[in-house]
Amino acid sequence: MIAVQFDCVAKSFARHAGRMLIRHRVKHWLRGWRHERFQALTDVSFALRHGERLGIVGPNGAGKSTVLNLITGLCLPTGGRVTVNGKVAPLLELGSGFHADLTGAENVRLNAALLGLSRKQAAERFPAIVEFADIGDFIHEPLRTYSSGMMMRLAFAVAIHVNADILVLDEVLGVGDQAFFEKCAQRIEDFRNAGKTLICVSHSLNSIESLCHRAIWLDHGRVIQDGPAADVLRAYRGASGHA
Amino acid sequence: MWNGDPIYLMQNLILKDFRVRYRNMSLGVLWSLLNPLAMMAVLTFVFVHVFANSSIKHFPVFVLCGLVPFNFFSLAWSNGTTSIVDNADLIKRVPVPREIIPIASVLSNGVHLLIQISLLLTCVLASGIGINRNWLWLPVVWGLEVVFVCGMALAFSAVNVYIRDTRYIVESANLVLFWLVPIFYSFERIPPQYREFYQYNPVAALVLSLRNILLDASPPLTTTLLKLAGVSFGMFIAGWIVFRKMRDTFFEHI
Repeated sequence: MIAVQFDCVAKSFARHAGRMLIRHRVKHWLRGWRHERFQALTDVSFALRHGERLGIVGPNGAGKSTVLNLITGLCLPTGGRVTVNGKVAPLLELGSGFHADLTGAENVRLNAALLGLSRKQAAERFPAIVEFADIGDFIHEPLRTYSSGMMMRLAFAVAIHVNADILVLDEVLGVGDQAFFEKCAQRIEDFRNAGKTLICVSHSLNSIESLCHRAIWLDHGRVIQDGPAADVLRAYRGASGHA
Repeated sequence: MWNGDPIYLMQNLILKDFRVRYRNMSLGVLWSLLNPLAMMAVLTFVFVHVFANSSIKHFPVFVLCGLVPFNFFSLAWSNGTTSIVDNADLIKRVPVPREIIPIASVLSNGVHLLIQISLLLTCVLASGIGINRNWLWLPVVWGLEVVFVCGMALAFSAVNVYIRDTRYIVESANLVLFWLVPIFYSFERIPPQYREFYQYNPVAALVLSLRNILLDASPPLTTTLLKLAGVSFGMFIAGWIVFRKMRDTFFEHI
């Protein structure tokens, strides 16, 4: 059963470099100016079955995050087709949707609602989320007093309790300590055993290696290589001079 | 894509706005009372003592009937206009239905509004004007106003993503509107040839209806009510359509 499928997907973004005021609009309209476009993805195709764990690697600006944004449904492709079967839990940036002035507990509820939990589900899973985050009394402190590691723990704890079919992680596991990373890895293992899908982007090739069995190497918006994680990472390391 | 519970999310977003707004104020909700009370005092002083104007009874309550709707409208409209840009991290990172964001921003002003309405009703009672059964119209006229502001917020928040000076246009429009809504003058002072047109402004229609209900103990005029309802629902539908047309490319323009 296919979880995520990309058919010849292309995505380009308008370059406007902050020119968002009326005078720019009027000028463009009068001169018939067309936006220059930045091609983020070109002809990307792959299919991911349920239960697969995919890591995406590549240099900065390769289009890794764009792939995740398309899977999450935050933007639409400019060409080709993206098919997603199942509920997606995105963890795209540390503490996205969190507010610094709210306490950890208040943020957990807000985030649970943002990620699509109902009132009942949020109430049921709240104790488990707090226990998983394991940040002690800080749960009642405003988020601005948190270290980035604590914020990551809380964000990850909510995302993992959404019970999604597809978990999408963008470079977020880097800030936790080893103990928390192992806890997450364990949880992701359970997640996999339940037949669920993981997609993650990271520059830490070691964490990709330990979490994923398949990898895609992207560069300049194109797929360079797609295959077993060990092979792709070896080729990628070789090409980019990693040890 | 997102199959969560929109009502629960809406409640959480409103609660977030409320907490963030009032946690950083030492006087808390008292701020909601201070602004209309100060304005009421100043306007009463100017229009009762400087420009002697004895024709209007209960002038402070009369002014407050204009100030509360105007304050709500101007605040909710300008907050709603910037709501999508202000919540860029949600647009960029969480696939929630985008419509929820401007509507939640309008409704979170509702808390503020309820406090001001209680102030208004307290002032009505304190001036010795009693309760009458036409008070039952209050939820209707206020509800229509909220529908109208939601429509404005949907349309302007979408446009503000593409043209960032929209928010300054809204701020200037609010300054002009203060004079175009009968806050410190009565509807009867408006020349008859403009009156018909005047009531198409939902804020003015609300002020007129409030004065009918609270000061004259009479139901709102049917024509005013129809215009208020027509413009409110019309604006909501227009705002919804504009928002729908623009929302798919918010991501790229924020």
